[in-house]
Amino acid sequence: MTTPYYQAQGNEVALFEAAYTARLPVMVKGPTGCGKSRFVEHMAHRLGRPLITVACNEDMTASDLLGRFLLDASGTRWQDGPLTVAARTGAICYLDEIVEARQDTTVVIHPLTDHRRLLPLDKKGETVHAHPGFQLVISYNPGYQSLLKDLKPSTKQRFVAFEFNYPHAELEAAIVSAESGLEHLRAAQLVQIAHAARQLKGHGLTEGISTRLLVYAATLMVGGVDAKEACRMALVRPITDDADIRQTLDHSIDAVFA
Amino acid sequence: MATTSEQLERWRSQLDCSFAAVQAVFADCMDDAALALSASGIDAYLACARALGKMGRGPEPVLAFLQEWPPIAQSVGEDTLVDVSALLHTMQKSPNSAAMAPLLQTLAAVTRRLQGADPLRHYLRVVREMMARTTVSIHGHHTTFASPGLPVLLEHAPRLLGALTVAGLSHWMEYGARHYQHQPERQREYFALQSADSRAVLQRERHGTLLVDVERQLDLTLRALWQTHAPLHAYTTGLNDSSTQTPWSTHHTDDDSLCLPDVYDDLNGVPGLDRYRVALAHMAAHRRWSQTLVADNLSPLQRLTVECLEDARVDHLLLHHYPGLRPLLQALHPRPVEGACDPAVASCLRHRLAMLSRALLDPDHGYTDGALKECVNAFHAQFIHGESSTQAMQTLALAYATRTRRQSDQFARVFFDNTVISYRDDNRHLWTFIETGDEEDSFDEPRSAPAPEAPGLPPRQYPEWDRASQSYRPDWVSVYEALHPGGNASTIDALLEQHSNLARQLEKLLDLLKPHNRTRIRYQEDGSELDLDIAVRSLIDWRAGAQPDPRILMSHRTAERSISVLVLLDVSQSLNDAVPGTGQTRLELSQQAVALLAWAMDRLGDPFALAGFHSNTRHDVRYQHIKGFGERWNDVPKARLAAMHAAYSTRMGAALRHGSRTLGEQSTDKKLLLVLTDGRPSDVDVPDEWSLVDDTRMAVQELAHQGIHTHCISLDPQADTYVHAMFGQHATIIDRVEQLPERLTRLFLSLTR
Repeated sequence: MTTPYYQAQGNEVALFEAAYTARLPVMVKGPTGCGKSRFVEHMAHRLGRPLITVACNEDMTASDLLGRFLLDASGTRWQDGPLTVAARTGAICYLDEIVEARQDTTVVIHPLTDHRRLLPLDKKGETVHAHPGFQLVISYNPGYQSLLKDLKPSTKQRFVAFEFNYPHAELEAAIVSAESGLEHLRAAQLVQIAHAARQLKGHGLTEGISTRLLVYAATLMVGGVDAKEACRMALVRPITDDADIRQTLDHSIDAVFA
Repeated sequence: MATTSEQLERWRSQLDCSFAAVQAVFADCMDDAALALSASGIDAYLACARALGKMGRGPEPVLAFLQEWPPIAQSVGEDTLVDVSALLHTMQKSPNSAAMAPLLQTLAAVTRRLQGADPLRHYLRVVREMMARTTVSIHGHHTTFASPGLPVLLEHAPRLLGALTVAGLSHWMEYGARHYQHQPERQREYFALQSADSRAVLQRERHGTLLVDVERQLDLTLRALWQTHAPLHAYTTGLNDSSTQTPWSTHHTDDDSLCLPDVYDDLNGVPGLDRYRVALAHMAAHRRWSQTLVADNLSPLQRLTVECLEDARVDHLLLHHYPGLRPLLQALHPRPVEGACDPAVASCLRHRLAMLSRALLDPDHGYTDGALKECVNAFHAQFIHGESSTQAMQTLALAYATRTRRQSDQFARVFFDNTVISYRDDNRHLWTFIETGDEEDSFDEPRSAPAPEAPGLPPRQYPEWDRASQSYRPDWVSVYEALHPGGNASTIDALLEQHSNLARQLEKLLDLLKPHNRTRIRYQEDGSELDLDIAVRSLIDWRAGAQPDPRILMSHRTAERSISVLVLLDVSQSLNDAVPGTGQTRLELSQQAVALLAWAMDRLGDPFALAGFHSNTRHDVRYQHIKGFGERWNDVPKARLAAMHAAYSTRMGAALRHGSRTLGEQSTDKKLLLVLTDGRPSDVDVPDEWSLVDDTRMAVQELAHQGIHTHCISLDPQADTYVHAMFGQHATIIDRVEQLPERLTRLFLSLTR
C-alpha cells in the first residue's frame, strides 16, 4: 500500500519523527477536516508502524479502550481493547477527537504517557508493559471549546502538541487539486469560497468549510457535476441550516464562478 | 387636424358652461382632446364636463376634469370614464363634494403610476371605500360629516402609489380608517403621513426588498466576501423618486458605517436583494482599493471624472475577484445611447461620463467615440501590472476631462437620461479637503451635544395583536424597564420563616430533583460494561440448561438539569384586595409564594429571574426588574421583592414579549416562563375585554416559536372562561389563594421534574 498523500504545511514531518524517536506522546490540534488524521496515517506509514485508530465518543468507557471479559462456551474470556492491543504489539494508537470521550475515561491513558509506559488492566489483574515501538497520538479540536468538552489539564500536560490550521490559499488549492485531479484554477476558486465561509465562523457557523469538504466538491466537479451545484451540495448544505447563511454562501458561489 | 372655429362653437354649446376660468382654457383643452380622443370619446368627455359644471360646486372640478382627462384616456382607455363619473356622482351626493377637485387634479399622476385600466378601477374602489368608511354621522346631529382624511389622501395619492401597490394602499387606508374613524384630527394626520404609525404601516406595506429583512444576510456577505465589518444603516427614502437613492460609506470618519436605502425595488430584472449585494460589494471594494485624494485643486468637472474612473477601477477589481457579479453589474448599469444628448442645447457631461463608465465595464459597448476608446485602452493598460491606484486614475481622468470638455458643460440644462448608476455610492470617502471651503461636506462638523436624557432605559416598542383586523399593530406598546426600588429584605426572610414547615417538606423533593451526574442503566443487551451479578446469573441459567438472559451489560447516563426560569408577577391594582379569612392581601401572598419559589430554584441551582409588570395605557407599560439571571438570590433582590406595590392594569402580552428577550438569550435546553396573575388582561385604553386576551394568546405563540414554554398561574376563580384561550392547557387555576405558596412551588417542581 502506498503512503497516503500528505502535503506538509511546515516542518511537522521532521518534528513528528523526532517525537517518535523519543517516544513522546503526541497531541494534534486543529479544526475539522484540516488534515489531522491524514497526517497521522502518513506518519505511521513513513515510520513503518501499524496504526490503530479509535474514534472516541461520549458513550465510550475505559473498557472500550482496555478490553473486557466476554462469555463463551467455556466461561469468560478476556478480549483486549484497541489500546491494549497497540501497547502489546507496538502500534501507533490514534485516539481521534479525544474530547468527545468523558474525562474519567481518558484518565486510563495516563500511565502509558509518562516514563512508566505501562498499562494496568485492573479487571484482569495484569500490567502490560508497552512495546518499544508503541506511541500514543491523540487529536483534539479546540473549536468545540465548551465548558463540558475540554481535556483535563493533567491530561494535556502529558503530550507534545502540533497545532494545525487550514493551509494558506495557494497550498490548499494545490492539495485539493492533487487529491481530486481538478485543475488548479478551479481548485483556487473553491478555496476562495472556503475563505468566505471561514469568515463567518462565530457569526452563525460553528466551523468553516474544511479542506475535506473542498476535496468532496472537487471530486464531484471532476465527476462532471456542474460547479455551482457541486459547491451547494458539498460545501453549503452540510454545514448550515440557517437560511441567511445558506443564501450568503450561495451568493458567494455565484459571485466566484462566472 | 386643426380644430375649426365652427367645431369649437359646437363643442362649447355641448359643454354649456359659463365660468370665465373654464372659457379661458376651453380652446386649448379641446385641441388636446381632439388629438387624444375618438369622436364618441369627445362627446362623453363633454357630457361629463357639463354634468360637473351643473353640480354647483364652482369651476374647480370642471377645470380639473377638462385639463386632466385627455392624457388619462389616452393611457388607460376611454371606457374608464364610466367608473370615474360614477365615483364623481357618488361624491356629489355625499358631503364629500369638496374632494372632487383633488381627485381629478391628481388622477393623471396616479394613472401614470398605475399603468393600466384595472389598477385604476381598483384605485377608484379604494377611494370609494375610504369615503364610505370615514364619512360619519354623529348621534344627535342631523347632518353627516365629510371625511376629514379623504382630500388629504387624494392629494398624497401619487406619492403613495410610488411606494405602494394599490393593494398596499388599500391596507394602509383600512388601518387609518379603522383606527381614526372617530378622531378627525388624528385621521387627517394619519393620511397626511404625519403620524408615526402611519409611516410604520406604510413601511410594512411597501413593495420592494426592505433592508431590515435582509440586513443579517448582507452583514454576513460583507464578512464572508470582503473580510470586513461595518454597521449597516438604513436611510429613509420616503416616497421620493427611487432614482435618487444613492448609498454612501463613511469609512474615513469616526462614525464608520455603510448607509443603504431602506428599500430597493427590482430594477432591470435584478431583484432588490441582489441590488443591495452589488451596492455593498461596490462600497466594500472602495474600502479595500481606494485611496483618498486632495480635492482642493480640482474643479467639480474634474472630480466627477476622477470619481467615474475610480468607480470603474474598483468595479474592475471587484469583477476580477468575483466574476459571477458581472451580469448583475451590467444589468444595473445604464446603457446610454451614443448621440442621445445634443451638446448644442444641453450639458452632456453626465451622459459622456456614463458612456465612458459603461464602456469600461462592458467590452461590448459598441461606442465609436475616439477619445472614449483611447481612454478605455489606457484604463485597461493600467491593470497589466497589478491593481493600479487611485492616483493613476486621477492622472487618466484629468487628461480625459481636458480633452473632452466643452463649453456647454456649464449649461444649466443637464441631460440626465440613462446616467444614474444606482449601485454606486456618492464617493464622499474619496476626497479630503485641506482648506475649509463652501464645498466641504457638512457631515464632518461636530454636532452640538444632544440634550441629556432623563435617567432610565429608553422605552422598547412592541407590536400588539389587533383582534378586530386580525393583524399586528406595529410598534404599538411602549415598555419601560426599570430597576425596582429596594425595601427591607428581612420582610422576605420573615415570610419564609412562616413557611418553614413547608420548606422542610419541599426539601426532600428538591433532593430527589438535584442533578445526578451518573445514573446506571442496567439490563442492557448493548452496554459499556459487564454487569457481573446479572452475568453470573445468566451463566448459571445457561449451565443449568435454561434460556440465559442476554441483557447482561449496563451503561451509564448523565442526568443534568438545564432549565432557566423567568417568573413574571402581575402587580396590577386588584392585587391589593384582601383574601378573606387570612388577613393578608393577594400581593402579600404572591410575595410569599414567589419568595418560596425563588428559594427552591436557588437550591436547585437553576438560573432564574423575577420581574413585575403593570400598565397604564399602551404608552406606559412598566416592567420592574427584581432579579436578573446573573444576580444571586441575596438581600438585594429580596429587598426589591419586599418593596413591591400594586397599581394600574394588566397588559400581559407586552410584558411577555419583553420578558422573552432576556429569557430567550439563556443557553439552557429548556426555558420556562411562569406568569402569576389574578385576572383577565385588560387596560384602561382597551374597551374590548377580549382584545388583550387575544394579544396574550399571540404572544404565547410567539414565545413558543422561540422555544419558551409559558405557564400561567391564575388566582382568579373565574379564570376558566379565558385563561385556556390564552395558554391552552398550560394554565393552573388556584382558587384557594391561601394555598398559593405551597401550590406554586410544587407546581414548578412538577413542571420541571
